[in-house]
Amino acid sequence: MPWNQRVKDLLARIRLRYRYPLILLRAMVITDFKLRYQASLLGYLWTLLRPLAMFSILYVVFARFLKLGASIPYFPVYLLFGIVLWGFFVEATSQGLSALVARADLLRKISFPRYVVVLSVGASVLISFALNMLVIVFFMALLSVPVRLDILWLPFLFMELVALTISLAFFLSALYVRFRDLNYIWEVCMQAAFYAVPIIYPLTLVPVRYARLLILNPVAQIVQDARYVLVTPETETISQLYGTPWVRAIPVGITIALVVASVVYFRRRSRSFAEEA
Amino acid sequence: MIQVRDLSKDFLLPHLRQTTLKGRVLNMFRKSRTIEVQHALRDLDFDIARGQFFGVVGRNGSGKSTLLKILAGIYMPTRGSVAVHGKLVPFIELGVGFHPELTGRENVYLNGALLGFSKSEVAAMYDDIVAFAELEESMDQKLKNYSSGMQVRIAFSVATRAKADVLVIDEVLAVGDAAFQRKCFEHFRALKKSGTTIVFVTHDMGAVREFCDRVILIEDCRIVAQGSAEEVAGRYTDLFSPQPTTAPPARGKRRGSGAISYTEVTVPALLGDEGSLTLELEAVAEQAVEEPVYGFLIKSSSGAPVLGTNSILKKQPPSGVGKGERVRVAWSVPNVFSDGLHHVDLTITDRQGLAVYDHWEEAASFTVVKEEKTPYIVTPDTSLVVTKAGAAEA
Repeated sequence: MPWNQRVKDLLARIRLRYRYPLILLRAMVITDFKLRYQASLLGYLWTLLRPLAMFSILYVVFARFLKLGASIPYFPVYLLFGIVLWGFFVEATSQGLSALVARADLLRKISFPRYVVVLSVGASVLISFALNMLVIVFFMALLSVPVRLDILWLPFLFMELVALTISLAFFLSALYVRFRDLNYIWEVCMQAAFYAVPIIYPLTLVPVRYARLLILNPVAQIVQDARYVLVTPETETISQLYGTPWVRAIPVGITIALVVASVVYFRRRSRSFAEEA
Repeated sequence: MIQVRDLSKDFLLPHLRQTTLKGRVLNMFRKSRTIEVQHALRDLDFDIARGQFFGVVGRNGSGKSTLLKILAGIYMPTRGSVAVHGKLVPFIELGVGFHPELTGRENVYLNGALLGFSKSEVAAMYDDIVAFAELEESMDQKLKNYSSGMQVRIAFSVATRAKADVLVIDEVLAVGDAAFQRKCFEHFRALKKSGTTIVFVTHDMGAVREFCDRVILIEDCRIVAQGSAEEVAGRYTDLFSPQPTTAPPARGKRRGSGAISYTEVTVPALLGDEGSLTLELEAVAEQAVEEPVYGFLIKSSSGAPVLGTNSILKKQPPSGVGKGERVRVAWSVPNVFSDGLHHVDLTITDRQGLAVYDHWEEAASFTVVKEEKTPYIVTPDTSLVVTKAGAAEA
């Protein structure tokens, strides 16, 4: 068989294999969006209004009264960007956590690739995230934040964030089927993590000893790096704290390990979701 | 088409499973963990040939639905193997994924997606689906404003579009009115003609006799009979055959003060073309009751009342019952019933019907098997004479 025929066959087979998951994914995401803002006056606008409202509160409290971040140029955008990144992480993991249990009726009645349920939650949150990024772009234009060549790193950072977040969502959703108190635990974890990640305070406020520890958290590394490449180089990133860019291997390594572990765990457990969810 | 070999399925009893971290942690320190295994299916072995209409019958809790879910790939077998060749679509329930806050139209698209249809594919058959459901006017209303009958119609209408080599159907016929059930049966007849393999779980021996080429009977997690519809349907009705229930079993819904209540219900399991239905009942009074009125109501499998009466309407002279006394009540009812499963409700009330001593819904069931199959609620012995009355004058 000629190689181009073989490639064509392979593509056709892949298309056939992922046809049903894709149809399902699409239907679930659309349904989710239709339902989320039903009977709310402002509808989809809430996707944008929520982070903006949170931003205003934090900005007033921390930037105006506590005078944090005075050393950082374009602090409002810096703050908002951090909140949007963090919001994506929290939303996707906590909604992903309950995704399987919430769709238990579906799991018990039809047979379909279980990962679609978690992916659909991830995709919904990702769409909200994309809309939020538009707001960031708007604010950047408003405050005329200069765009530097560093911005080319941004897609890779987003990829790292999505990989980290979705794999955590897979892991948590499978675990939640067995341990139903996981949602409370995760909620508390997220509350604590909000302060362990330098979102509302500049990392320079933290003694270097601790800052070096905090930044090994992949979320902290991503948030700081993303701010560095998009908003201002006047922020501390992991390479500055350690004096070498190669230390990034640690948070990236953690992310890759999580992806592998979650795929293995989810696949192993997915056979019994219908019985246990 | 489908090969099932040595299939067994066990469940860990849910209330013993550790679903919280606390339970896990506490149990870690215990020496022996108490895990109880419930056997749902044991050593099932059967084949389903292409184009077969394959019936699965058995009592409630015998494991039928578990078997369907394993065939559908929703549950995994504990031991043994299941091989399905071709595309299998399960209907464990109609309208899976239906959402009350979405409109009828949106639900059609959603349900279609769950069946594997892309948006454009659903769009192409949308008009047919709506026409089949006879719901042209209300498709843009939210589903929560639909009656349950409308919901079932729209769900079934989408379901009929499913393209599959094997369809797995779990008692979807148990819902809907008579007209809808007839529509379902017509659809099944068409499917059977087109050569689709169908696995069908039901309690309705009438449907089994009419459609199934081959049937298995599951009892206590095992196959106890397999063969033609006629053989297995007979075995099935034997399961329910005259077993005078001295202690009323926990079946059916029951309410009432219990001052006097039925203790024994004897109803034939099977009623053929000949003979009448006899209900032999025994009641015992826990307290003295002045004028108990005994009544019964016979319902079709869909719950539609067929006929009923009580001892007042029968002008039975009232007679009190003393404490601890037993009463025998025997009804004889001409066999006007239509083919299929029927349920019997039993009551004992006071003369005004104000005090309810015993109201026992579905106290017993019986199956009627008649040659003449009409879609109506009764099928009495009618006679027909068609003769030629001579040639018309030309």
